[in-house]
Amino acid sequence: MAVKATVTFGNQFFTSRLEKVVGWARKYSIFQYPFVTACCGMEYMAVAAGHYDMDRFGAGLPRFSPRQSDVLFVVGTISHKIAPVLKTTYDQMCEPKWVVAFGVCTCTGGFYDDYATVMGIDTIIPVHLYIPGCPPRPETVLDGLIKLQERIQNERQELFHGS
Amino acid sequence: MAPDSLTLRKLKERFPGSVLAVHSYRGDDTAVVKGEDLVSVARFLKEDPELQYNFLMDLTAVDYLGQEPFDSPQRVVLGSAQEGIRFEVVYHFYSLPLNQRVRIKVPVPESDPTVDSVTGLWAGANWFEREVWDMFGIRFKGHPDLRRILLYDGFEGHPLQKDYPLRKRQPRIGPQV
Ligand code: SF4
Repeated sequence: MAVKATVTFGNQFFTSRLEKVVGWARKYSIFQYPFVTACCGMEYMAVAAGHYDMDRFGAGLPRFSPRQSDVLFVVGTISHKIAPVLKTTYDQMCEPKWVVAFGVCTCTGGFYDDYATVMGIDTIIPVHLYIPGCPPRPETVLDGLIKLQERIQNERQELFHGS
Repeated sequence: MAPDSLTLRKLKERFPGSVLAVHSYRGDDTAVVKGEDLVSVARFLKEDPELQYNFLMDLTAVDYLGQEPFDSPQRVVLGSAQEGIRFEVVYHFYSLPLNQRVRIKVPVPESDPTVDSVTGLWAGANWFEREVWDMFGIRFKGHPDLRRILLYDGFEGHPLQKDYPLRKRQPRIGPQV
């Protein structure tokens, strides 16, 4: 009996440690896909460039293929015209994946309550982090990024599909 | 009122029947011309050696639904709702050699919102005219490829027309509100 109990304990210990390590690795090796459509892009560049330097937080490597990226940064106004493209981009990303709504346009449509604009990208794809602001200040973005990293760390880590 | 500029004088002299009104405000010349003579007026402005308006700066439209289309500040009425005039297409020409501008307006009836295309004179008019078609539903006769430019195929209506419903949404994917 005693032996069996020790073995079970060992398994749990091993899995939770492994999850922590994988979460730690995932949160500090974010490959982002910048889906940049509008003015927020300038602020995104400011965050990515040397002064604010997103790379300090392990999110310094933008990929321009959805297949290679983990976090979809939706930066700028999404119109109905481009909405299907955004959905396809999201669908093409491999699991695990996260979505950041960067700027108030992507969060709610912002002040573009009109015939052309999608009223928040969460009507089309799931969103894990909302960064408000028009455009958000770089500090806000970094704060958001850190919150996303906390979330990634504390998530259940799917090591194999369906595990 | 200040005497008309050379451009407006020449226009009135050359096209007495088609220039409906002219005015000049702080050096900005405006002439209202009949739609059927637009292309000849534009060609004259472009090719006359004393004018040389060789650059089409802008081409847009206005919807005067429910109003008398008038031309401020002198309030020259361009046409009335009774006559069926609803839109106005506005051209801005610039003369690079002479550094001067002129604005041409064309009243457009609601029953047949069609204007002759100036793509034959300025290739750059192509996208402007597509935009006016897309937003206002005004057709350009003689345009090589009059398709929507900003909105997608399948969009119904022309959103900058004043009677386009303010809250009408036509999403392609997602909730159809
Ligand atoms: S939130 Fe503001 S800055 Fe960002 S894309 Fe929209 S309008 Fe531009």
